[in-house]
Amino acid sequence: MSISREDIEKVAVLARIKVDDEQVSALEKDLGNILDLVDQLSAADTDSVEPMAHPLDAVQRLRPDEVTETNQRDAFQAIAPATEDGLYLVPKVIE
Amino acid sequence: MQWDIVIGLEIHVQLATRTKIFSGSSTAYGAEPNTQANAVDLAMPGTLPVPNENAFRYAVMFGLAVNAEIGRRSMFERKNYFYPDLPKGYQTTQLEQPIVGPGYVDVDLANGETKRIRIHHAHLEEDAGKSLHEDYHGMSGIDLNRAGTPLIEVVTEPDMNSAEEAVAFARKLHSLVTSLGICDGDMSQGSMRFDVNISLKPKGSDQLGTRTETKNLNSFRFMEQAIAHEVERQMDILEDGGRIVQETRLYNGDRDESRSMRTKEEANDYRYFPCPDLLPVVIDDDFIEDARSRLPELPDARKARFKEQYGLNDYDAGLLSGDAKLAAFFEEAAEHGKDAKLAANWIQGEFSARLKAEEKSVAESPITGAQLGDLVVRIADNTVSSAGAKKVFEALWTGENDNVDAIIDAKGLKQVSDTGALEAMVDEVLAGMPDQVAQYQNEEDPKKRKKMLGGFMGPLMKASKGQGNPKLFNEILVKKLGG
Repeated sequence: MSISREDIEKVAVLARIKVDDEQVSALEKDLGNILDLVDQLSAADTDSVEPMAHPLDAVQRLRPDEVTETNQRDAFQAIAPATEDGLYLVPKVIE
Repeated sequence: MQWDIVIGLEIHVQLATRTKIFSGSSTAYGAEPNTQANAVDLAMPGTLPVPNENAFRYAVMFGLAVNAEIGRRSMFERKNYFYPDLPKGYQTTQLEQPIVGPGYVDVDLANGETKRIRIHHAHLEEDAGKSLHEDYHGMSGIDLNRAGTPLIEVVTEPDMNSAEEAVAFARKLHSLVTSLGICDGDMSQGSMRFDVNISLKPKGSDQLGTRTETKNLNSFRFMEQAIAHEVERQMDILEDGGRIVQETRLYNGDRDESRSMRTKEEANDYRYFPCPDLLPVVIDDDFIEDARSRLPELPDARKARFKEQYGLNDYDAGLLSGDAKLAAFFEEAAEHGKDAKLAANWIQGEFSARLKAEEKSVAESPITGAQLGDLVVRIADNTVSSAGAKKVFEALWTGENDNVDAIIDAKGLKQVSDTGALEAMVDEVLAGMPDQVAQYQNEEDPKKRKKMLGGFMGPLMKASKGQGNPKLFNEILVKKLGG
């Protein structure tokens, strides 16, 4: 199984990872190998197997609807690159 | 060419839980920015989500109310995209195994018909934060208080064929979730947000056309306008021989215009996968039965009861039963006022008009159902005329006084219904107006005579200081003047 350069470039954009042409060539080979490995799994007959939701054979515990968190804004904002009026500031994002 | 309109809706309903879906942070509205955004909500490394039991309870209650199958085994997926108001880089949502399966809602239309709108499914997910794009030195400000607020997204089948049907369904859904108490229903604060999928097809064709999605409509009025606008836009394109592009559009209600947000080609590729941080949630019979036991009376049942118990007609019962708070107000007024029909008239007339004029909700009304009921009693027993009753209503509303009888006394609004006293007044007034009396008695046309009676009413009301019972005055006049 192979992966095209276009696929790699698209996945890189979606993941917001910058890759240059050389890296794309290397990734083409590496990701292709990984896909080959995964492809071998397709040989197994899984018709009667229910897809696994989670490796643990357990069910989710739910939490009572009670407020347990207090306001720790100052502590969190102390480690943010930029804040103002209680807001986190980020590079302008307008679609 | 004639076209069929096909509409499907996706509705985001904010659940009225105390805390977020995956953390114990408060969801109270209106807090200072980021004071309710904690480690889990901010996606700090090493944190783990723990689902809120009440979010599941509310979702199950919704499912039961729309006659749906409940997902006994429910899972969460990650929907991946980058936006600064989504700190994790993915929204935790449900794709393969939602909590609420197929169901339906019956909607009463204006023409008296009832239409069944099918629900495809409803799933639990988390809301994102808010981005403020005002100028912060060329940057955007992010408030994450809303991040992690539980939502159910309700997805309908494309079963609606007009703006009217879509709005009727939306109102019914609003009525349902507020009656259930699982959502505060405050649309101006974004508690319910609608996305509308619209396509056109040649009349009678069974092949669906290409659809567009108009996102984030937060009022019924904008929804109606946006649908009319989009139908017209598509019709213009199709009739000019063009093709509809599958895309997401944003509607600007203030300007009645829409613009493309993104087309399908550039649509996000969300790369869903099961969330490894969350185990499957198993909903057992006990949980479902507990949720069922919490279901209050729903709007359809309430409407039927209002017709039966208070003798209301279909229209009045429908109007008064839709909103839980209005329904409670009516019941209080009807109980105190004895005359349910009169109470219903006053609520739909004076009371609703006043709420609307002051942009208040029923909960914000300065008068109670019991007070309106007391007033209804005094109208029904002829203590006050309807003109006098409006003055009493005004005094109650402005808070001048909170007791109906005290207001009637203080303002001298009590009608005089003593026939002897009224007759004496009529005699006196008629004696002072001999010309008009002669004119009346010489008039042959009964219509004109009736009109001329009005000429005596002014002086009579003056003579009685506005307290004479107008109905009795009228009867006495007709008798004295000889028919």
